[in-house]
Formats: sequence, C-alpha cells, structure tokens
Amino acid sequence: MSKVIKIPKGLDIHLYGEASKEVKQTSESSFALKPLDCTGVTPKLLVDVGDKVQIGSPVFYIKQNPKVKFVSPVAGEITEVKRGAKRVIEEIRIKSDGSDNSVDFGKQSIAELTAEQIREKMWESGVWTLLRQRPYDIIPDADATPEYIIIKGFDSAPLAPDYNLLVKGEKAAIQVGIDALKKLTSKTLYLSMNKETDEEIASLQNVEKKTFTGRHPYGNVSVQAEKISPINKGMRIWYVNLQDLIVIGRLFLDGKYYNKKIVALTGEEVKNPCYYEVIRGTNIATLVSGNVTDKNLRYISGNVLTGMRIEKDGYLGYYDNQITVIEEGNYKEGLGWMMPGLKKFSISKTFLRGFTAFCSKKPVHIDSNMHGSQRAYIFTGDFEKVMPMDIYPMQLIKACLAKDIDRMEELGIYEVDAEDFALCEVIDVSKTDVQDIIRQGLNLMREQGL
Amino acid sequence: MNFVEKFFEQNREKVAKGQKLHWLASTFEAFESFSFVSNKTAKARGAHFRDAIDSKRAIIVVVIALIPALLFGMYNVGWQHFNSLGQVASVGFWEMFWYGFLKVLPMIIVSYVVGLFIEFMFAQIREEEVNEGYLVTGLLIPMIVPPTTPLWQLVLAVIFGTVIGKEVFGGTGMNFMNPALVARAFLFFAYPSQMSGDMVWICDMPDGVTGATPLGEMLAGAVLPMASVCDMICGFIPGSVGETSLIAILIGACILLFTGIASWRIMLSIFCGGAVMGIIFNLIGANEYMQMPFWYHFLLGGFAFGAVFMATDPVTAAHTNCGKYIYGFLIGIMAVLIRVVNPAYPEGMMLAILLMNVFAPLIDYYVVNANINRRKKRMVSATNTK
Repeated sequence: MSKVIKIPKGLDIHLYGEASKEVKQTSESSFALKPLDCTGVTPKLLVDVGDKVQIGSPVFYIKQNPKVKFVSPVAGEITEVKRGAKRVIEEIRIKSDGSDNSVDFGKQSIAELTAEQIREKMWESGVWTLLRQRPYDIIPDADATPEYIIIKGFDSAPLAPDYNLLVKGEKAAIQVGIDALKKLTSKTLYLSMNKETDEEIASLQNVEKKTFTGRHPYGNVSVQAEKISPINKGMRIWYVNLQDLIVIGRLFLDGKYYNKKIVALTGEEVKNPCYYEVIRGTNIATLVSGNVTDKNLRYISGNVLTGMRIEKDGYLGYYDNQITVIEEGNYKEGLGWMMPGLKKFSISKTFLRGFTAFCSKKPVHIDSNMHGSQRAYIFTGDFEKVMPMDIYPMQLIKACLAKDIDRMEELGIYEVDAEDFALCEVIDVSKTDVQDIIRQGLNLMREQGL
Repeated sequence: MNFVEKFFEQNREKVAKGQKLHWLASTFEAFESFSFVSNKTAKARGAHFRDAIDSKRAIIVVVIALIPALLFGMYNVGWQHFNSLGQVASVGFWEMFWYGFLKVLPMIIVSYVVGLFIEFMFAQIREEEVNEGYLVTGLLIPMIVPPTTPLWQLVLAVIFGTVIGKEVFGGTGMNFMNPALVARAFLFFAYPSQMSGDMVWICDMPDGVTGATPLGEMLAGAVLPMASVCDMICGFIPGSVGETSLIAILIGACILLFTGIASWRIMLSIFCGGAVMGIIFNLIGANEYMQMPFWYHFLLGGFAFGAVFMATDPVTAAHTNCGKYIYGFLIGIMAVLIRVVNPAYPEGMMLAILLMNVFAPLIDYYVVNANINRRKKRMVSATNTK
C-alpha cells in the first residue's frame, strides 16, 4: 500500500438522505444532451428535429474542437432542440424507441491499435468528451497530450455516491479504459483512492495509486493534483471519472457506446434514497415521482455544493452521477438573524447549533435560503479554514473580481476550479457567489488564450 | 409580524427606481432586511445552501460582546463622580449607575443618529444596501472618549471618522483605518484640552479636585499608579467610558473568541508584543516608568480594550493569518513604546493601532508575495528539470 496523503483542512457536512446500497432499475423514454454542462462547448448540430438516431450516432461536434463529437445515448428520434437566450442551444431532446440499435465502432484490442487510432476512435464515438482538462475544466483539445492523468476514484462531497458501487463488476472494462489512455498519452495515470476504496478498484493495473484521507474537498481533482504535481502556467492535465472509464473500456471491448450509468438519488426530501441504473442524459421524472415529499422542492443534478438546479422533469447533467433533492428555501423569517438557531446549519458558533454540533455528528437540515443578502467582504480568515490548498482564497477572489489577469496567475488560478471554492461560498458571511466569481475569472483567462 | 410584512409589500413599489421616494430605497431595504431575513434562494448553479450566519448576525455578536464593558463603564462614570465628592459609601449602586447612564446614553444616541444618517446617505448615493458595520463603530466611539466629551465635539468626530475614515475609500470593507479610532484621533488632536489631562475623566468634579488616569500619573513621574491592582482589574479608575474594567473586557473577549468573530491570533500577539516591550523596559530600567512591572500595561488605559475590540476589526487588520501575528505583535510593541518613551501622550494604544492599520496592507503584501514567489520558484524548477 502506498503512502497515505493527508488533507487535514476542509469540512465534511453531514446531511440527511444518504442513498441506501441497492441499485434499482428504471425505465424512461425521454433523454437529452445538454451542451451547457460542458464548459466552453459551442455545439454545431449534425442532426435535425425528426432525424432518427442510434446509440452512438453523432449529434453535434464542438465548434472550438471540431474533431470531437457528442453522440446520442439512445436509439430513437430527435424531438426538440431547446434554445435559450441568444439562441444558445440548451438541450437536444431525444425520444427513445426502446430498442438498443447501436452504431458499430468495431471490437478491437488496445494492443493492435496505434495511439492515433485510439484517439480517432474516441473522437468518433463521443467518449473523448468524458475526458476533462485542468485548468478550465474543459474537454481537452483533440490533438493534445497532458502531463499526467488523474482518475477520480472517489467523491467526498456531501451525500456523494459510493464509487465502489458505481463500478461494481466492471473491473475488466475499466482496465481496458486505463490501457487505452495509457497507450494514447504514454503519460502516468494516477488513480485517487480513499480508505473506503475496495479491492476491486485497488487491484487495477497500469496506474499509480494515490490514497488520500481527510475532509471534503479531498476528493477534488485540484486538491489531489496539488499533492501529485502542482499545475503550473502552461501545464495541462486531464482527469476522468472512474465510472466514465467503463464507457471508454467498453468501446474497445464491445465496439459499442455503453450508455448506462449508475446514479445516486439522495437528499433529505427523497423518501427512499438509493441508487438507480439509468441511461446517460435521462429525464429524472420517473426517478423522483412518488419518491419525494410534498414540500416546495429544489432538484439538483449533482451535489448540493456544485450541482445545477433542474426542473422536476429535467435531465441529468452530462458528468453527474448524483441527484439531490432539498427543500426550496423561499420563505421570509421574521428577525431571523436574531434567533438562537438551534437547528440552523452554521460552522460559526454564533448560533446555538454550533454548541451542540460539538458533541454530535448528527446530520443537519438544509434548504436553499441564502440567510441574508450580499455585503462587502468584512471578515477575513474564514475561507482559509476550508481551503486545503496553498492558495489565498480571498486575495484570488478579489483578483478575479478586478479581472486582474497577472494577479490571478500569480495567485494560482491555474491550480483551482470553481468547485474548490464551494465551501467558501457556503460559509461566506458576505453571501457572494464565490464559485461564479472564480468561474468568470477562469473564463477570462481561457478567452485570453492563456 | 404580518402587518409589518404587509407594510413592506405595499410600499415596495414606491421606492423603486424612478419613483418619487426612490431616495429612501436603501433605508427601506435596511429596515426590511432588519425585520425579515429575505426569501432569496441560492442561484441555479453553485452551492445550493448557505451558512445561517450573515453580517447582521456577526455584527450583533460584537455589539453583545461590548455590552459588559459598556454597562460597567456607565456604573464607573457614576462611581467616579460620587467618589470625587467623597460620597461613595452613602450612594447606592443603582443611583451611581443611573447617573452614568444619563451621561453616556446621549453620547450613544448622538453617535448612532449622526453615523447612521451618513451610512444611509452614502448607501443611497451608491445605490447599495446598507452595511451593518456602523452598529459596532457607533457604539465604540462613545466608549473610547472621556465621559465629559461635549456632544457637539462628538458629532464632529463621528462625521470625520465615518466620512474620512471610511466612506471616502468606498465604505464598509474598503477602509484601511478603523473609523472609530479615526474619530478619536480627530478629537485628540483637534481638542486636546478636552481629551487629556486630569480634568476630563470625571463628570462634574467639585472645584479643587483632580482626577488623572493611572497612565497620566505614570507619565507625570509617579512610582506606581495610586489605584490598587484590584481596582485596575475591576475598573474603578478614571478613564474613557468603556476601557477601564479588564474583567468586563475579558468577558467580551471570551464571547468574540468563542464565536470565532474576532481573531485570536491578533489578540494573543498584541499581549505578547506588549509583554516583550514591557520586559525590555524592565531590563533597561532607566526611570520609574520603565521599572513598572510589564503586566501593568495590560491594566492601564486602553490597552486591553484596544487589543480586544479595536485592533481585531477584520477590515483594517492584516488579512492573512500569518500577517495577523506580525500586525498584533507590532501593535503591542508600539503601544508600550509610545506610552513610555514619548513625553507628550499618556496613551499609546490608539496611535499604535492606527499606525499598524496603515502598515497592515504592507504586511499582507509580503506574506502573499511569499506565496507568489513559492509558485514562481516551483515553475522555474519544473521547467529546468524538463
């Protein structure tokens, strides 16, 4: 066993509604690809409404990265292209015909393919889009090679799914996926693990294993990358989710686009939180109907820290393997800032729960209320408590607000992503949208071509 | 609360942009958010829940932490008055407190009314919501001036402190000097005869009696202050309204430290700095003042009050954790240095904090630069190994 890397700073938030370890099946006929889930992707459609598609048929390619295609997760018919402001494509909806007609990409073993052939196959079959690059959290350029690759082998966010369960029985496919990436890049692959990682994952070959322990965000790629080899200016690394490696592996094993994934349905307002085997891009209506409370609810694709709010008949995010349902907090609270706050979530001890939280790890109720409105930054030193990286969070946030590119670079913008600031956003007394600020900073850097 | 909610709902239109009463928009929002925590919810993308703390909650904790020192200050104003008349034994507790209450309350009212008016005005000019920071500043100002300060001087000081000390730099969160101390420094230099000496610390003294603060006595060359250590710890000494009682200040310090609102790094390092400088003077021992036991400095004047409530203002202190140690330590050193060595001012805490307020950004600059240089060095070594 390799040396354990400790990440002592951070914050584990215990919530109600952890998924029980059973995987249920479900059937749904409506699916969608959402280009906005992928940073920096401008889609160029290859299909029209009414076109018939198979599993693996190309639906659009990326304007900035034209070799890379997104493919349909199901066989059926394109029913709608939903556009938002400025005619931005938000969703490409596909109605399944229930069949499993697939495009045949050809079974091939990694050994008989060249790196270039692997690359091409990954562009054509859409699995290239499962890779992501840091900095900027974008899909890597089609011809690029990273310094190294991290395989995200666990998730530390609140109510995060158990990766052991997500990939159970798929060891062979994952191994092929690893071999493919290894041959493709001939760089080191790192597999991040924590103490719960089981033997099935830990016995994978051809990767360097790194075991982490600590508190959230110790599962974040940036935090792990800093410990492995920090991202300097000009450096590019890739990461891929362990579950997504199955898709890459099965492409070579079966010659088809593997369209299934396991997601965790979690959150306090879910009656029976558990895992579901779904098809990528599924509508969540059948998953949640009848399984949630009658309150005013917020449905989140992803976790409560970084996820995206969707409608109750919205679609699962492209990279998400978790759905969280919490209460919508659109209520007013008379003199709320004066109340003792026995049940309120707060890491400060200005509320009574701060006292009781000392002695128990009891989960806490949360809702989406902001508990205040935006103010100037007054307090200092809070963000540092939940930021495990060698970064000055407040200074970096201010540099992003000032759009000061040199300063952002100096303070390490390349090493971070918006998700690393999620805890800062949660505890921020001034109620600013910290993740948005960082994201805009990163977007600015990207547009400058840095 | 229903009718209050209704009131806000019905009148929201009237303060909207372009309406006649738009000049009251910030005021309206301030009172509404005072009455109700708003129903705003988190954005569609990002963290979907937030910590229950907001700046109102944080600010109110500081105000609560100030209350013990304030209440004792009121009582002490009465005690000092009756003591100078020689009537301490015959006058009851409540009578003394009531006397002090009537002296201090007008100062608090004046400070809040004038200061909040300026805050609301500037918030409206900027079309922003009103920041709560002045609730602390407004209470601090009457607590750090002598109880005999004329109200008109207080008005001028509050205006100077909030406008020059804060608003011209962009308001709460943007200022680099503590506005309450700027207000006090204004009084100190503009009206020195009402801010120092031995005639200002006790209200309505009879003719022929003087009441110097222990610090004043030391500067005048006393071997040790006349008051006993016990009196200095409890606070039965002449001084500014809130600064005399170490016990009351420590209660406030406990509240601030336990809730995590104030930085323990700053408080601790100020006392360390003061102790180090005091011990150095003890070792030199050139005059009586230098020979005074170093820990007397903590009991005298505004040292403890400044360390707990003034220097810990997070906006004007150093922002980095490492910088906070340096900032606090230097305040401790400077405060004792100014007290003992300079011949003009008995009190060094105010000047020490203001001085370090000015230097805090410089301290931060070097701390953050160390991080930047680490990153640059790493990059150079990475390219060299390639």
